[in-house]
Amino acid sequence: MSTGVATAEQPAAVPPARGQHLTERAKSERRLAAMLVGPAAIVMVLVTAYPILDAVILSLQRSDLRFPNATKFIGLSNYGHVLSAPVWWQDVLHTAIITVISVGIQLVLGMLLALAMHRAIFGRGAVRAIALVPYGIVAVVAAYSWQYAWSLNSGWIPKLLGLTSDPLSHQFTTYVAIIITEIWKNTPFMALLLLAGLALVPDELHEAARVDGATTWQRFWRITVPLMKPAILVALLFRTLDAFRIFDTIYIFNQGAQGTESISMLNYSTLLNRLNLGLGSAVSVLLFLLVALIAFVFIKGFGAGAAPGAEAR
Amino acid sequence: MSQRAKQRSGWSAALVVVVIASLVPVVWIVMLSLKTPTTVTDGSFIPHQWTLSNYKDIFNAGVFTSALRNSIGIALISTALAVLLASAAAYAIARLDFPGKRIILAVSLAVAMFPQVSLVGPLYNLWRQIGLYDTWPGLIIPYMTFALPLSIYTLSAFFREIPWELEQAAQVDGATPAQAFRKVIAPLATPGIATTFIIVFIICWNDFIFAISLTSTTKAETVPAAIALFPGVSQFTQPIGDIAAAAVVVTVPVMLLVILFQRRIVAGLTAGAVKG
Repeated sequence: MSTGVATAEQPAAVPPARGQHLTERAKSERRLAAMLVGPAAIVMVLVTAYPILDAVILSLQRSDLRFPNATKFIGLSNYGHVLSAPVWWQDVLHTAIITVISVGIQLVLGMLLALAMHRAIFGRGAVRAIALVPYGIVAVVAAYSWQYAWSLNSGWIPKLLGLTSDPLSHQFTTYVAIIITEIWKNTPFMALLLLAGLALVPDELHEAARVDGATTWQRFWRITVPLMKPAILVALLFRTLDAFRIFDTIYIFNQGAQGTESISMLNYSTLLNRLNLGLGSAVSVLLFLLVALIAFVFIKGFGAGAAPGAEAR
Repeated sequence: MSQRAKQRSGWSAALVVVVIASLVPVVWIVMLSLKTPTTVTDGSFIPHQWTLSNYKDIFNAGVFTSALRNSIGIALISTALAVLLASAAAYAIARLDFPGKRIILAVSLAVAMFPQVSLVGPLYNLWRQIGLYDTWPGLIIPYMTFALPLSIYTLSAFFREIPWELEQAAQVDGATPAQAFRKVIAPLATPGIATTFIIVFIICWNDFIFAISLTSTTKAETVPAAIALFPGVSQFTQPIGDIAAAAVVVTVPVMLLVILFQRRIVAGLTAGAVKG
């Protein structure tokens, strides 16, 4: 990150590959580029790098706002505390369950939605506008709507299903409700990312395969999916990282009760309810590392490196 | 041919399902907001007794109106700043030749993937020390930061589509690169900038985690945070009707944006996405 800023700030420095003789014009182009890119780069690096460094430092300290005078350096013992606590591993599991199931279903539904939007003959604009509603809606509002819909106290779902005990007081049905909320909210975005990839599949290929007698199913798996692979991977990467950070929905549903606490929820409550900055920062750093690991696996392992902007020359 | 017609009607049926699935939760929260306090827990989808009293309640309570003001002001300022900074950066990325282009895109991608909750602790701590806790700038700074990556990607995708021969023509006529940007390209870039503005505004408007962590009073609390903290009649009951009414009010502006500008939003969101 720091090299990024350095490079952006001093673009006049000549990289070896470029040769010695930069024209006056090229120099002024680089100066202009530095002026234009600089502010955005500085803001992004300052606002994220400083706090993450601070989080690393805090995570090595006993730092509890309830005992401000007892702050001292304690090495890695906060990490030891977190990693030996069953609650951390349970929350990793909860987060993984929600992420895998909700993103998996989002991929299937998002693909169907993208195909439907791609092929629709009538009302394309209207359907697209309506399909975007869940994307645009405030996450907190979506969570309240679904929570009230599932709650025995107020909802239409228990009534519809003829339930007599509150679904939100059982772990399994609470998971179902939370995952449905996530799917409802995020499938449109998944569909849009896939739609961009779908638009790149040439119709002629489908026509040719059709002439050769390929069925719709075969054409989907042999033509559409392989050509869309980069778009699918990028969509999966973005949605997985986002789902892994799940916070709003769980906060509104039950603040992590019924065994649904996610890592972000744990992080938040350690920091701001228990005011234990040291321990909370250790959770922050671990979450950050997990997210980086997922991104690394997607980008290096599956080759999702053609991420947005890879088309930038 | 008839098989294709069958397929088409199949997809059309699927679209009907999509429309219903998209709208049911929205209609439900509207219905809840129109129920009277005695019927709000009856579990009926359609109210038996209709009322607007929930809306009157929230607009008479100072908490909601100040939250609405904070939400509008903070989201607009954050969006404007993010789009301004991102426009400059995206122009350079789309147009100029300079080293470090890939690095700036990598930094943006890293910020986009950042777990925001990881920043909450340090920012909470820092903001309290330097007096930004519970202020507008205290929210504007993180909002702007997290809006930048998407803005840069979307804008640089739009900027690449602009007919740049015009810029060269202007430069041949003696304009500097900066002048060419201001006088020729900026007007052409306006649609892309407007689209990015809408998308970023939605993101800032929707934020919950920073709002609930970095504010505490009506000074800077935004609507999502205010809704989640609405006081109930007693400690154990949630004011369902009030929450639903506030939820509807905060949803309306976004719904209007989405419906009016759906074509642009789709173009913007897919432009920033992968191309091959």
